[in-house]
Amino acid sequence: MELIIILTLNGVATGMLIFLIAAGLSLIFGLMDVLNFAHGALSMWGAYFGIWIYKGLEQFWLHQNPNLLEASWYPWLSMLNFIIGIVAGIFIGSILGLLMEKLLIQPVYGNHIQQILITMGAMLILAEMVKLFWGSNLISAPVPALLDGAWEIGNIVLIKYRITIIAIGLAILTFLLWILHKTKIGLIVRAGVQNKEMVQALGINVKKVFTLVFMLGAGLAALGGVLMAPFMNQVYPTMGLEKQLAFIVVVIGGMGSVFGSAVAGVIVGITEAFMLYYVPDAALAVNFLLMALILLLRPSGLFGERG
Amino acid sequence: MNSLLSLKQIHTHIQQFHILQGVSLEIPVNQVTVLLGRNGAGKTTTLRTIMGLNKASSGSIYWDEEEITNLPTYEIAQKGIGYVPEDQGIFPLLTVEENMRIAIKDEKSKHTQENLEWILQTFSDLKRAWKKKGGNLSGGQKQMLSIARAFVNDNSLLLIDEPSKGLAPIMVQALIEAIHQIKEKTTVLLVEQNFYMASQVGNRFYILDDGKTIHQGNMQELIDDEHTKQKHLGIYKKNI
Repeated sequence: MELIIILTLNGVATGMLIFLIAAGLSLIFGLMDVLNFAHGALSMWGAYFGIWIYKGLEQFWLHQNPNLLEASWYPWLSMLNFIIGIVAGIFIGSILGLLMEKLLIQPVYGNHIQQILITMGAMLILAEMVKLFWGSNLISAPVPALLDGAWEIGNIVLIKYRITIIAIGLAILTFLLWILHKTKIGLIVRAGVQNKEMVQALGINVKKVFTLVFMLGAGLAALGGVLMAPFMNQVYPTMGLEKQLAFIVVVIGGMGSVFGSAVAGVIVGITEAFMLYYVPDAALAVNFLLMALILLLRPSGLFGERG
Repeated sequence: MNSLLSLKQIHTHIQQFHILQGVSLEIPVNQVTVLLGRNGAGKTTTLRTIMGLNKASSGSIYWDEEEITNLPTYEIAQKGIGYVPEDQGIFPLLTVEENMRIAIKDEKSKHTQENLEWILQTFSDLKRAWKKKGGNLSGGQKQMLSIARAFVNDNSLLLIDEPSKGLAPIMVQALIEAIHQIKEKTTVLLVEQNFYMASQVGNRFYILDDGKTIHQGNMQELIDDEHTKQKHLGIYKKNI
């Protein structure tokens, strides 16, 4: 029983990380009809930049005070450094998203073939640029001291960092649902997913909204990247190219549905956690099978409204 | 005659097709101008070109003497032009309330509130369906919502594309009454195949054929001109 609870919690934590990356992807495709293959690379840039800032701050403070690790307040300082790293990661992800949308995506709106080619090119360039700045080797990404370790409830071990990821994922989901359903900008985004032309005919500058959504999506991907780094204890130059799971989640959840991405993320995360434990070789294949099955039963995905 | 909107020799291409081949219109203030013509004459493309949804390849469009030919759609709409497309353009997954809210520029404005009250009185069906999803409305309700949405912001001109299409006669009558009320408050450019409706609400008319304006005048003249109706609209006396 304990094993099932632990695997489920691991799966939910993985699912929340995938959700953070997939939510932006889903919105970008749902609203803008843009297939962004560079989304994973944006996530990787968030991870690298965020961890670079986080570790840089850690080293700076250690340099100032060599006995820092002994201090009782060090875990809080480490947490603050990590939070600054997260903000920096989101910032770089959003800026890269802004530049990508303005320079690469705007000229190819409405043309999927060109979008695939140009975003794949962007993905490769972003991946190579990571090597240029940070090298080809793995870089360690430690969990901040405050979130290191675990809580034990009976025989169940709850890893603090994973529980934190679940909490952040739920908070982001709530925030996104609030924006989408309770604000005018959210209303515009939801309407834009359904009929872009009509939104413009109502006097709304859809291009601006597109840019904002692209930045938001890139920022979320970057957040997912920074949080994923300590989860894996490292960042490496191909981590952005291994985000097929985000695409699977978007398809299963339904294009344009943030809630769908969250549910699908958890389903995929839990499936992966169990498969990795029991039949590791079949983990990815089972997720693809799951996607195929859901598409057969519900072509628009679990929460997608479009066929 | 004081024109709110003028089209001068507008040509529009859609892909390789030359759809509008010299459309010129003058839309006078506080009147209903009806655009008539057979299927494929270019009526819908004319409205879409005014809104900037199809770009004019040549010619000019003036709004109150300001050229708006190459402005993006949202800026054209912001000038005060409301658009009711042929397919109504309802957001099917948003409620009626949300469909209205997205259109409203200033929710707190007293005038908007007055317009909203007038809309809910005139289109009482919308009030009953306020929390319903747009996709679950009947054809008539969708048409009312689309017109209400274009009207709520005090737009100076409404472009309405075939509002009677697919509606039961009783709904067409309700629409005629609604447009009679709307025309007291704003100018309307109406595309309509249903000549009965066009003749009931129109002050002036233009006939389009093969992407060109070929006739224009007062609606009463057209009502009396059997020859033009037969030749260009395929309408015989007994059909009306």
